[in-house]
Amino acid sequence: MSGASDRPPPTIDVVGLTKTYQMGDVKVEALRGVTFKIEPGEMVAIMGPSGSGKSTAMNLLGCLDSPTEGSYRLDGEDVEGLSEDALADIRLRKIGFVFQSFNLLPRMTAREQVELPLMYAGARKRRDRALEALATVGLADRVDHSPVELSGGQQQRVAIARALVTRPQLLLADEPTGNLDTASAVEIMDAIEQLNQEHGITTILVTHEMEVALRARRVIRLRDGLLEKDEVME
Amino acid sequence: MTAADGFRVAFRALAANKLRTALTLLGMVIGVAAVITLMSIGAGVQTSIEERIREAGTNLLSVSPGATSNRFGGFRTRGGSGGVRTLTAQDADAIEEANIRGITALYASRSFNGSFVSAEGAVQASVNGVSEVYPAVRNAEIGTGSFFSADDVERASRVVVIGDTLATDLFPNGDAVGETVRLNTQPFTIVGVLASDGGSTFQSNDDSAFIPLPTLTSRVNPSKTSAGDDVVSSIVVQLVDESDATVAGVTQAIENLLLSRHDSEEQDFTVGSQADQIETISEITATMSLFLGAVAGISLLVGGIGIMNIMLVSVTERTREIGIRKAIGAKRRDIMSQFMIEAVAVSMGGGLAGVLLGVAISLGLNDLGAGAEQPTGGGGPRGNPFAGGLTTTITLEPIILALVVSVVIGLVFGIYPASRASRLAPIEALRYE
Ligand SMILES: Nc1ncnc2c1ncn2[C@@H]1O[C@H](COP(=O)(O)OP(=O)(O)O)[C@@H](O)[C@H]1O
Ligand SMILES: [Mg+2]
Repeated sequence: MSGASDRPPPTIDVVGLTKTYQMGDVKVEALRGVTFKIEPGEMVAIMGPSGSGKSTAMNLLGCLDSPTEGSYRLDGEDVEGLSEDALADIRLRKIGFVFQSFNLLPRMTAREQVELPLMYAGARKRRDRALEALATVGLADRVDHSPVELSGGQQQRVAIARALVTRPQLLLADEPTGNLDTASAVEIMDAIEQLNQEHGITTILVTHEMEVALRARRVIRLRDGLLEKDEVME
Repeated sequence: MTAADGFRVAFRALAANKLRTALTLLGMVIGVAAVITLMSIGAGVQTSIEERIREAGTNLLSVSPGATSNRFGGFRTRGGSGGVRTLTAQDADAIEEANIRGITALYASRSFNGSFVSAEGAVQASVNGVSEVYPAVRNAEIGTGSFFSADDVERASRVVVIGDTLATDLFPNGDAVGETVRLNTQPFTIVGVLASDGGSTFQSNDDSAFIPLPTLTSRVNPSKTSAGDDVVSSIVVQLVDESDATVAGVTQAIENLLLSRHDSEEQDFTVGSQADQIETISEITATMSLFLGAVAGISLLVGGIGIMNIMLVSVTERTREIGIRKAIGAKRRDIMSQFMIEAVAVSMGGGLAGVLLGVAISLGLNDLGAGAEQPTGGGGPRGNPFAGGLTTTITLEPIILALVVSVVIGLVFGIYPASRASRLAPIEALRYE
């Protein structure tokens, strides 16, 4: 297409992304044709009012769901028509998720949570890699704690460690600070920013807060399922 | 994800819900234990019956009244004179006089239920009319005194030989030999007491009495055909050996003789060998074992349904967990194997525990039976339902079968819940509260 084979493909390349939910007789058009590219190493914030389609977009970008229409190339690979297991493999190898509600498994220690993706990947030295990832997010002294023994901020850091342990190209964080107090939110944003800057992980985060969004150099604004604004902050 | 990982994940989930796991396990344990126990009882009954028939001598033929397929004739010796009245004492005499080659001894017999009264007790017992060759033919051991003689048979004397238990009942305080008892009000002299044969419920003589057949037919319990012959319920023939040739030859000779004597259109008697009996009994007890096993198998099925039920609940409960695992990158088969391993672990664990329990119960029943068989003197354990009768035989087949079946049950009843879990859409599962 571009012909510039010396440049790596954009991490994300969506064209006319559309998602329609069918609720009984009612159709909900969560996304109505959104087009953008995100280059490797970028850190992008997605903003917009509640119900504007941010989470829907994140789920599509994260290969958790398939678009009703439109194309999505992830790292140059068209994900359309891929089987569920192929999508699972992409999630496993290329994508790390951080959710607003942490989504840790109950009754598992922090180390075990972080080992989980390595287990599904059949990786070696899981223990060491998990401990390393936990150290990266500053939880070296909490590796044997289960979620109930950790604060919200600490739980979210476990989730970040779990997302980064497979060294993904893409980190997707849907309101990662939404359930946290201000101090914890700052910690989490520091951790995410560090991953982006030091490890070069392409990062997309959804947020309502301008301070959080300002950590990113680019903000995509959605409204009513349409791309309202795509601006580079300076 | 390796197999070891799969087991670790599954066992964690099972350990997280110990009570539920234990209860689900219990269903399998009970089912498997029931299968093992019932099948070992069946096998035990089979072995002990076969043993008794062998003890009684395998070189026997038994002629019983009635046509064909009545291969149980031999077991009628105690069972009273009911039903078919086509066999007579005179038939037995005719066989004896024919000097058929291969026959060493024979006796005709009929029995009825008589009431004995002694100075010290009164009891109902099966009274068998036989001849003096009975102990030799049936390997019956005399405890004290002696069996009645050919003379007693000839003269239709009022003499009786009684079983061990019967002797104890009638004369609790001492030696019965030489005493007089009344059998259906007639005085009889006890000439001998049989040694106890262990009191098995099958073909035991401990509760029986023996009198000369002529005494029975002429004095105590006459029963005549229209031709005036004495009805008997069986003729037992001892052969020189148990070779097929001897059995076939004698059978043929007896059939020819009786057919000409009876002068009827159809053969109205049956000649059966002990081998036939063993075969028939084996068939019957094997079928019985299988039937018992199948009944117990139903409880296994119920156990399996219990597993499926719990697995379905578990899948629903852990929808969000499944969503998280999938979001992280778990494939369908990862989720599938996680739940399959859980189901099979429960069913196989239950199966193993059930085998142990079943074997323990079988051994316990055996001990009960063995304990009851010890001669405990006067107050023999007659009320014990297991008295001597219940020996269990534990064989490998039902154990292996039960284990295989329990694994299969885990697979069969686990596959639906597991595939349901594996097919959950990640995004839906993640949203599940
Ligand atoms: N699974 C779903 N079924 C039906 N409607 C949905 C579903 N998920 C989201 N929606 C609808 O799609 C629109 C966009 O939702 P969402 O992407 O969650 O918005 P945001 O994250 O920006 O708040 C909303 O109107 C929401 O109600
Ligand atoms: Mg949202």
